[in-house]
Formats: sequence, structure tokens, C-alpha cells
Amino acid sequence: MKSWLTTTDHKRIGLLYFWTAFGFFLIGGTEALIIRAQLVRPAGIGVSAETFNQLFTMHGTTMIFLALMPLSAAFFNFIIPLQIGARDVAFPRLNAFSYWVFLLGGLLLNASFVAGPLFGADRLSVAPDAGWFAYANLTSRQFSVGPNVDFWLLGLQILGIASLAAGFNFIVTILNMRAPGMRMLRLPPFTWMTLVTQFLVITAFPVITVALVLLMFDRFFGTHFFVPSGGGDPILWQHLFWMFGHPEVYILILPAMGIVSEVLPTFSRKPLFGYTVVVYSGVVIAFLGWTVWAHHMFSTGLGPIADSVFAGTTMLIAIPTGVKIFNWIGTLWGGQLRFTTALLFAVGFIAMFIIGGLSGVSHAAAPADLQQTDTYYVVAHIHYVLFGGTMLGLFAGMYYWWPKMTGRMLSETLGRWHFWLTLIGMNLAFFPMHLSGLFGMPRRIYTYSAELGVTRFNQLSTVGALTIGIATLIFFWNLLSTRRRPINAPNNPWGGATLEWAMSSPPPVYNFTVIPTVANRLPLWQTERHAPMEPLPERPPAPIHVPGGSWWPMITALGMPVMAIGALSRLLPVVLVGAAVLIVGIYRWAYEPFET
Amino acid sequence: MPLLLAAVLVVLTACSGPFPQSALAPHSDFSLSLDHLFTNIFWWAVVVFLIVEALLLYAIGRYRARPGARAPKPVHGHTALEIGWTLAPALILVFIAVPTMRTIFETAGNAPEGALRVQVIGHQWWWEYRYPTLGIAATNELHVPVRTPVQLEMTSADVIHSFWVPRLAGKRDLIQGRTNRIEFRADSAGEYWGQCAEFCGASHANMRLRVVVQSDTAFQAWIDRQRAAPAAPAKGSPVEMGQRVFRRSACIGCHTVTGISQGKIGPELTHVGGRATIAGALFPNTTDMLHRWITNAPSLKPGVLMPPQALSAADLDAVVAYLQSLK
Repeated sequence: MKSWLTTTDHKRIGLLYFWTAFGFFLIGGTEALIIRAQLVRPAGIGVSAETFNQLFTMHGTTMIFLALMPLSAAFFNFIIPLQIGARDVAFPRLNAFSYWVFLLGGLLLNASFVAGPLFGADRLSVAPDAGWFAYANLTSRQFSVGPNVDFWLLGLQILGIASLAAGFNFIVTILNMRAPGMRMLRLPPFTWMTLVTQFLVITAFPVITVALVLLMFDRFFGTHFFVPSGGGDPILWQHLFWMFGHPEVYILILPAMGIVSEVLPTFSRKPLFGYTVVVYSGVVIAFLGWTVWAHHMFSTGLGPIADSVFAGTTMLIAIPTGVKIFNWIGTLWGGQLRFTTALLFAVGFIAMFIIGGLSGVSHAAAPADLQQTDTYYVVAHIHYVLFGGTMLGLFAGMYYWWPKMTGRMLSETLGRWHFWLTLIGMNLAFFPMHLSGLFGMPRRIYTYSAELGVTRFNQLSTVGALTIGIATLIFFWNLLSTRRRPINAPNNPWGGATLEWAMSSPPPVYNFTVIPTVANRLPLWQTERHAPMEPLPERPPAPIHVPGGSWWPMITALGMPVMAIGALSRLLPVVLVGAAVLIVGIYRWAYEPFET
Repeated sequence: MPLLLAAVLVVLTACSGPFPQSALAPHSDFSLSLDHLFTNIFWWAVVVFLIVEALLLYAIGRYRARPGARAPKPVHGHTALEIGWTLAPALILVFIAVPTMRTIFETAGNAPEGALRVQVIGHQWWWEYRYPTLGIAATNELHVPVRTPVQLEMTSADVIHSFWVPRLAGKRDLIQGRTNRIEFRADSAGEYWGQCAEFCGASHANMRLRVVVQSDTAFQAWIDRQRAAPAAPAKGSPVEMGQRVFRRSACIGCHTVTGISQGKIGPELTHVGGRATIAGALFPNTTDMLHRWITNAPSLKPGVLMPPQALSAADLDAVVAYLQSLK
């Protein structure tokens, strides 16, 4: 127990990220199921408007910040140091700090579900209820009186710190900790996409941080940054939020694209088709991702010039995305495909993501978007991208790397059930949403008129959501049941080409007995150009020093939710106690002797 | 798989409906040009979808691993192919981008001379319309003449709302401190459904509206009715009693009835009896719904500002009769 609380081992932190994020994924999924149950008929099943608004706000916030991002982070943590031939990340204690901040931020956000009585509310839940996008000026104190939005903004502020710390950590790790010979264009594609993602994190999160600080001042200290009656501008919030929010979409999708670019070559027995093009198109997507934010705002009346510019830049993103898809198909082409669950999910990613990509082009056309934005058509789009894309990609990664992470193989039979039910369920859930949206159903409504004629589509969506729920439980069972199996996964169960497959499963605490020297992109493969790398020695030739754990990352992290709780309850002494914990934590951490 | 689903859904679609709020049944120049653009993109998307999914399905069917097969040729890439599949989507995008830009400028909201101007003001959770050139006002139900350009000048009294009547117009946001414009010309008379599309708080789902597109004569008749002051109730009639109850109750604090009260917080009621709906186009304007609404509005529309009214049964009947008389 103590060793897990103080751990600075990237592999253990990766597992902590995985299980925590998976737990939040189940919570976010449960919220989705309640939403779908309510919408199964026009009058609903008795979920109140207030509760419904909390559910969709928390579903979006949870899935994006507490499930998808940290599930990617689980793989960054576990896999990146192994792929680049390192013994750990550049800053192991900072890494632990990121995890604890993430966990505590997530708990703080979800605590709002039961914190009502503490704030004198007449209901149990004071969960955030202004949408995951929290548009001003609905979020001003005038229109959102309770602590709901405060939970959201303080929780997100804390989570942002976790992401920023991890972002810098992984950039330094990938740039500085590569094994000899691991040049940039020899990096595995997943590592490349992680690097690109982290640059997006460190550039996008400061924007939301600033926006949240301004919102905090509006709500706590009576400023008017976003309050039009006080001379502020609610549209400023939308610009800031989407300047973060659109890169955030690529923060969510690029790691999954990286995973797919690892899984396809392994199970095709072919190198990634057009490696450099795939890498650079990822970089181009990230750059373009910075130029398109206002396509979320076509209905705000930006004027025809701005609409045209943002429509144009948004359409450009389709080009590097299409290039990636063609290269993935090129990878499969002429291969010897082994249809493991991991490959099924990777192919499912391509097949589903293209649907989200194409509906994305239809929103890029600003005038067409005037009929689509804020309707279920966009709900369909985002779910084809973030579930059909990111989630299927992450599932592919879970099946692919689970043996490496735990030394235990997942059941392929259960895996197939999981895959097919997920694929059927997601299409049942999300495809009809295109139609309910086009036929006039707005998003974020807890009830709708029976006369709209969209009841049937909603029923299909609900059945689909239930199917996804069942599939996820099968997967959960698959994960849990491996714990009773022996640790007997081979070093390289799938015949992968990259360095993480060069050591035992799970890897020893020091990762590599000897840091390998890398001579090419596919070190473990025999190709026409080179022979596979010499196997690593069974035992390290010389003792390897592994740093011990530290309490300070966790204690430092603890300071922040304490400060947030003080702010929420308007108790300055509590804020000061939290700040003291933070400062003492940082001080002790900085002066902690290395050798413990 | 999605294709199959699409087929199933098309069949389903054929046997449900009609869709009073459909974006696919345009009835104005504005929504027609949006529909043309969407249709154009839709078919390009279908073509791209079919090509990509066909290639993918072919690859996974054709290149399944066979026992004893030789290791595949380690192909690392192909420069001509890369250039080809970069240029192909770029070319398709040109065919989408050009009509997009054209439509953006076409639908920028600039009305021709002589367009009917209507100011639209969003409130949590109802719509206020003012006709500055006609000197009249309306609530929730927007009346406009057919085949006449209409310019909406939109703003909000509180949070951001979005005006959306799919068959007539794409969305445009109502933002406090700003004025956004859209322009449309309805091509046929009828009743068009819409609702708020920007999440605006507890009863966002209940912020609905209707647009009544009328022939010129019907529209003129409606204007005349709006201009007329409500008829004074006959002495001793239930309507007159209702008016007295209205005057001495909390009603007057929030609602305007010309000549009777000057409340500004809630919708104006001078002609409420002539409307088809109440409560943000949420309920039909029936005796029963008026009773229930006045008795306990928050139970019907969460978050609404109007508190439950403790009126005696007789007073309630009278007030409802009075409101219904306000044609």
C-alpha cells in the first residue's frame, strides 16, 4: 500500500492512471445511461430538468477530463519510457504529482454529487450544471447562484495543473531520455503522437487556465469579464474556451491515432505505410487544430469574413486526417492480418472515425452548420470522433499492451464479444442521432415534444447505449478475470517491432537490463534492411540503482483540493491551510535527498 | 454496418413523421440555401465514405493471414500515392469550400429594402418580438407575412439563447449587449416550429416558439387585432370579475395588459387569448392548461420565475376567463 502511495515508477503510475480513469469512465458511462433512459420517450422517466443538466454536464466533463485524457495518460506513462529505451520519465516525482492532482481533482468534481447539504442546498447534488463548455453569462453568479459552477471551475483548474505538469514531463522525457540511436524519425508513432499531444497540452491548457481565472474572479470577486450588463463580453469566454477546446479534441484523438499506428503494423506484419507522412500529418493536424476554434461559434454572428476563414481552415484539417487514413489502409494492404481483438478495434477505429470526420466537414461549412450546431447531429459527430475514434483506439491499446502492463493475457473470446457489441451498440446509439438532430432535436434537453417525430430515433439510441454498457461490463470482467490467471505473458506476444517488447512482461522495475542502442525504426524485426536487435541480457550486468518513492508529490497535490474546498465554502483559513500544505510540500520535495 | 443501419433508418423515417421542426424541409430562401449546401456536402461524403470503407473492407478480407504464407513484403511507403491521396481530398474540398463561401455571404443577414423588421429578445425561457415599424409586439408566436423579406434583429435580456426555426432559418444566437441579424423570406403560409438551441438554464428544453406565416390579408388582420386595445368587459360578467382579480393579484407585478398593468418581467398579456400556446409555446392555450399554469407554473416548467398562485377556485376561473377574453 505505502509503496503505491509513494511510488515514482512510471509503470505503477501508469496502472494507477488506468484504473482511476477506468473508474471515472464507468461513472461517466452511468451518467450517459441515465440520460439515455430519460430520453427514451418525450416525457422522460422522471429525471428532473436540474438533474438532467447536471448529468450531461458531468458526463461531458468526466469523459473528456477524467476518462479519455487519463486513459491516454496511462499509456503515456507505461509505454513511452519503454518505447524510447528509458528507465523512467524525466521527472518521476512530478509524474506522481500529476497523478495525485488528477485523482484529487476528479474526486472534488464528483464530490459535488453529494455536497448539497454542506452548502445549504435543498437537494443532495450540487453538481455542475452549465454544460462542459460552461458558456458565459449563464455561468455568472446572477444566473448560476449555487456552488455548482464553482465546483466545475475549481475542479477543472486543478485538473489543468495535472495535465500541464505531465505535458512538460513527457516533452522533456521524449526529447531527452531517448536511448542512443533513437533519432526523432525512429521514434515509434505512438511516442510521436504523444509528443505532439503534449505540445498541444502545454499551449492549450494555459488558455483555459486564464479563462477559468477570469470566471473565478467574476463569480467570487464580482468582476465583469464575461458579464455584458457590466461591460464584459460573454463571447470572449467562447473564444477562450474553444481556443482551448478545439486543440483539446486533438489532445484526445492524436494518442489514439498513435495507438492505431502501432497496432496495424504489428498485426499486418508490415511496417507502418508512409511513416514520415503519418508523423508529419499528425504535426500538421496539431498546427491546424490551433486555427479553427471559431467553427464552434458560427451561430454567434462572427460575420461573413471570419466565418469564411474558419470554415476554410477547418476543411483543411480533413486533408492530413484523410492522409492518415489512407496510410493506415496502405499498412493493411498486402499484409498478413491476424485478427486479434486489438486489430479489430484498430480497424473499427478507421471505419468509425471516418464517419465522424465526414460529418465534421459538414459542420465546417458554416451555413450548413447553422442547422446542425447545438443539435443531436453534433452529438452524433462528437461521439463518432471521441467514442468511435478515441475510445476504440484506446480499447485497441488496452488489448495490445495489457500483457505488457500486467504480464497477463486478456481473453480473446471475451474481447471479440466486447468488440462486436461495442461496434453494434455505438452505431445503434450514435447513428440515429444524426437524424434526430436533422429532424429538429436540440442538444441538452431533458424533454422533447412527441410531435417532433424523433421518438423512434431516441429509442434506438437508448438501446444502443445499453448495448455499449453491456459490452463495457464484459470488458471490465475480462480485465478483472486476468487477475486470477498466471503471469505468463511472453515478452513479445504479438510480434511487435518496438522496444517495449524487448523485456519481460511486466517489465522489471528498471525496465532495460542494458539500455539498447537503436539502429532503426523497427528494432525487433527482421526486414530486408536489417536483422533484429540482439536480445537484452536476462540480468543486468551491473546493479541498477532505482530511486525510492516519495510522499511529497501526494502531499503537495493534496494542498490544491484543500484550497478549493476553502474557496467553495468561503473559508479563508481553509484556503490558507491548503496553500501552506502546497508550499511546504514543494519545499520539502525540492530539498528531499535523492537517495532514500 | 453503418450503411445497413442507414437503410434501416431510412425505412423507419419513412413510417414516422411528419417532422414539424426538420432542417431537411426548407420553406424559405435562407433555409433552402443551407439545404442545398448540406445536400452537396452529403453526397461528397457518401462518395468518400463508400470509397474508404470499400478499400478497408477489401483489405481486411483479402489480406487475412493464411497459415504457411510467406512474410509480407515490407513496403515502407510510396511517394506518388502519398501525393495522390493528399491532392484528392484537397480537390474535393475545393468543390465544398467554394459553395460554402458563396452561401456564407448570401446568408449574412443583410435584408433588402422594405424588409419587415422584427426585434427578437430572448428571455429565460420565452421570446419577445417587437415590430418597430408597426408599433406592435408579440410573444413566443412570431407572425410574418408570406413571400416578404423579414429581418430579425436579435438580442437577449439575460443569458445566451439561439433562435432556431429549421424550416425557415438556421440558428442565430441572442446575446445580451449585441444585435445579431438574420433575414429570410418564407415561401408558403403555415405554422413553423422552432425552439431555443443554446443551452440557457433549467428550462432550456421548454423554450419553444412558433412562426406563423400568413397571407398578406391575414397578417394585416392580425396586426389590426394587436393594435386594438382589449375590449372592456361587460359589467358584472365573469370576465370583469377576472379583471378585478388580475388587478389585485401578483399578476400585475410582472405582466403588462395595456391599460391595466405595466409589469415588465414576464410576457405581455394584452392579446394572450389570441395565442395558440402558452408558457413559451410549450402548452396549448386551453382552459385546463391556463388553470394548471397559474396554479403552479414551476411544476410545469422548472425554474420559471412565476410563483404558484394561491387563488380561490372562483378567482382562478375568473382570471382564466379574463385572459381568454384578451384576444
